[in-house]
Amino acid sequence: MSPSQLAIEATGLRKAYGEKVVLDGIDLAVPAGTVFSLLGPNGAGKTTAVQILSTLISADGGSARILGHDLTGEADAVRAGIGVTGQFSAVDNLLTAEENLLLMADLYHLPRAEGRRRAATLLEQFDLADVAKKTAATFSGGMRRRLDLAMTLVGQPKVIFLDEPTTGLDPRSRRAMWEIIRGLVAGGVTLFLTTQYLEEADQLADRIAVLDHGRLVAEGTPEELKRLVPGGHLVLHFPDAQALDDAARLLPAGPRDDNALTLQTPSDGSARAVRAVLDRLDAAGIPVERLTVHTPDLDDVFFAFTGRPTRSTVPNQTGQTSQSTSSDETPKAAAR
Amino acid sequence: MSTLSYALTDSATMLRRNLRHATRYPAMTVGVVGMPVVMLLLFNYVFGGAIGHGMTAGAATATGAQHGSYLNYLVPGILLMTIASGSMPIAVAICTDMREGIVARFRTMPISRASVLTGHVVGNVLVTLVSSLLVIGVAFALGFRSTTGLLDWAGALGLTTLVTLAVTWLGAGLGLASPTPEGASNNVLPFSLLLPFLSSAFVPLGSLPTGLRQFAEYQPFTAFIETMRGLMLGTPIGHNGVLALVWIVVIGLGGYAWSKKLFHRDPVAH
Repeated sequence: MSPSQLAIEATGLRKAYGEKVVLDGIDLAVPAGTVFSLLGPNGAGKTTAVQILSTLISADGGSARILGHDLTGEADAVRAGIGVTGQFSAVDNLLTAEENLLLMADLYHLPRAEGRRRAATLLEQFDLADVAKKTAATFSGGMRRRLDLAMTLVGQPKVIFLDEPTTGLDPRSRRAMWEIIRGLVAGGVTLFLTTQYLEEADQLADRIAVLDHGRLVAEGTPEELKRLVPGGHLVLHFPDAQALDDAARLLPAGPRDDNALTLQTPSDGSARAVRAVLDRLDAAGIPVERLTVHTPDLDDVFFAFTGRPTRSTVPNQTGQTSQSTSSDETPKAAAR
Repeated sequence: MSTLSYALTDSATMLRRNLRHATRYPAMTVGVVGMPVVMLLLFNYVFGGAIGHGMTAGAATATGAQHGSYLNYLVPGILLMTIASGSMPIAVAICTDMREGIVARFRTMPISRASVLTGHVVGNVLVTLVSSLLVIGVAFALGFRSTTGLLDWAGALGLTTLVTLAVTWLGAGLGLASPTPEGASNNVLPFSLLLPFLSSAFVPLGSLPTGLRQFAEYQPFTAFIETMRGLMLGTPIGHNGVLALVWIVVIGLGGYAWSKKLFHRDPVAH
């Protein structure tokens, strides 16, 4: 891919706050018109990466170009092409939804009529027309997040940074936000999305990079990442130990649990494969109580690359995790 | 459009935003006007009799008192207190702003960065000037009478504007340096409340103990107040005029440079 088609490219980005290294040399290449997701637990450095790439703070080392413009040398050109919706609401609480949008229109130096037209369209599109005259202070979390994103869109950015756009939202608002994000993608913008929800990255992103302790530990499409982890399996639950023993002799066996009376057997989880297993057990007269299908998801990916599940780290606002173990021994492979 | 006209347009946009805030959250503005008016009433009606009597009877150096009632002596000081307390709303407003995500958003937009501070400062100067006019209006209603002409009053207006601008920039710096809006409001107090009390606002300096008098003689508010008194009542200004200008430059430029430095540092990670 030629550099001109890259919306975001970064090499060796580093940032430290005192002793604490937040970003330890990360490289990024995001083609224009795609959705890139930076995935990691709290404190992995996701927000810092967004803050640097959106010109909010400066990096200690490395360089980056956004839409072909150098981050430090041509900051204003970068700013003209990007929009940022952060994890922390960036709306003016004392202004109404409409005034917030018109404020953005004024700051983008849009002609008055054009600003009003764009504000009206966005209020409609983001389901805020009814509350256009209410101050943002009265808004729910979901409404506030929608207004926040609408404000980002007033300037019609080519690259949009979304820093944990659904953190703290209820499931319904999250679904609504996903729909909005899919709409943006259809409009051809480049999206840089950070999330700690694996499902979110899986749903929305073309490519995912896994960030852990300031380093990228894996990168690829959701499918590529899933392929890197052990395959799916069935967990069969038996009524007694005899049935478990018989099944373990009959089937290609994975781990068994004699207390829970369960047996794992490799399977891709398709209906045909599940039926084949059940047919074999049936033919042998082995009773099965129930089964669960486990397909590999990004939780497995994260576990495979960092050696721990995503939820084991303790949230910490200053960008640190309570875990001191490093992930040096875990595979650094990137599926490219 | 040139960079300069963008800076002006953006500053005007920010000014509109801040003035809208002032109307939407008027408690702070009302406080800034209300406090000096309460002081004016308190000192005129409660303490005024005793202090005024002491001044006319005892201190021969009492400036202003000879030129009229204690109310006349009081008004220039109360005016300067009004101006000084104008450093409070901007400190709180800027500190609040910096904690909200909106300023982070402004920083990632292709706008004149200075406009964020300029909008706050110009808005605060305008609100403080209106407050000052209201306080002067109340003073006239209570019986304040000026003995000077139009030119002196033009000078008084100029002095009011310059001091307002200077203390506003200092307030901006204090707001940027304070971690919380409550902290910002407290950090302003020594400057906006204590310093005016330790000046010639309420009593002539001759009545103060030596150490305090020496301090009071050269601190900014005595210089401002004595100059204002001269412009409103025709009392001798002496070296206070020059001293007032020096303090305006020191406080104004110092506050400006400090604010600019604090605003341009990287925002702290949340």
